Amino acid sequence: MVGLVLVSHSAGLAAETVALVRGIAGPEPPLAAAGGTRDGGLGTSLELIEEAVRAVDRGAGVVIVPDLGSSVLTARLVEEDGRVVVADVPFVEGAIAAAVAAGAGAPLADVLAAAEESRAYRKI
Amino acid sequence: MDTDVLVAWFAETARLVHRERERLTDLDAAIGDADHGSNLDRGFSEVARALATSPPDTPAQVLATAGATLIRRVGGASGPLYGSVFRQMGKSLTSPVTLAGFAAAFEEGVVAAERLGKAALGDKTMVDALVPASRALALAVRDGVGVREAFEQAARAAADGAKATIPLQARKGRASYLGERSVGHEDPGAASAALLMAALATVVA
Repeated sequence: MVGLVLVSHSAGLAAETVALVRGIAGPEPPLAAAGGTRDGGLGTSLELIEEAVRAVDRGAGVVIVPDLGSSVLTARLVEEDGRVVVADVPFVEGAIAAAVAAGAGAPLADVLAAAEESRAYRKI
Repeated sequence: MDTDVLVAWFAETARLVHRERERLTDLDAAIGDADHGSNLDRGFSEVARALATSPPDTPAQVLATAGATLIRRVGGASGPLYGSVFRQMGKSLTSPVTLAGFAAAFEEGVVAAERLGKAALGDKTMVDALVPASRALALAVRDGVGVREAFEQAARAAADGAKATIPLQARKGRASYLGERSVGHEDPGAASAALLMAALATVVA
């Protein structure tokens, strides 16, 4: 099953988004949060992202959903072609779409496509 | 140019960034999130410490250590961006280090940062100081000037490039959300890039 890592500048936002995604997508998809810096501040930690990727890696690939700025830039440094990919998608909607697809057993490319579809979702 | 010069470059950068920490943070407070000074101060101090604790054997190793440390320790966007510059430089630099080899590796490092940040000249980012510095080095190589003068020209080009970001409207990062209100402020990333090049000119002077 494809794993999902949520990267935010804020540890609280990453953790709560994982909780929300878990509630909506169900128990199956491997999810991990990588929020803030190691010392608990706002920012991005390469080490926390690497640990989260390892924690959700079941061999079928990992999708990373970053919020913005340094989250995106740092996440892109851990990309591995065809195995660990960064999704350029809205944080909440993209994470939920990816997790639902991953939980249904979709392969990496389909999980990424599901996340990218969320870019076009209209709320109203 | 040898390993010692590159180690000295990072020690001097750490010193300059620490000295200019408040100015960088003030620039960032105007259009960013007010952490550029503290983030870079922490990052380059860690680089200087890492290089002093376990001195590398080759110029490429100095750059690899600097890149990896900045990526791991800065916590803001400048960490991965500067980290990519030095990591790529470390991969591109050939031994023994000549001015031409350094200029070519630096250019590849700048391209790596441009690719990662998807930033181009005129976006009001560190690229606006790094690219003029890289061009100045390439011109110096073409004209056959000495290392000292080449790095002085690069430092001047970077400083001019940083000042030239003042009238620009930001197209990347938090500052881009300000639209026209980002005009009139020097970009903090370009300002720190100018310090990096000033440090290089100082250590070969």
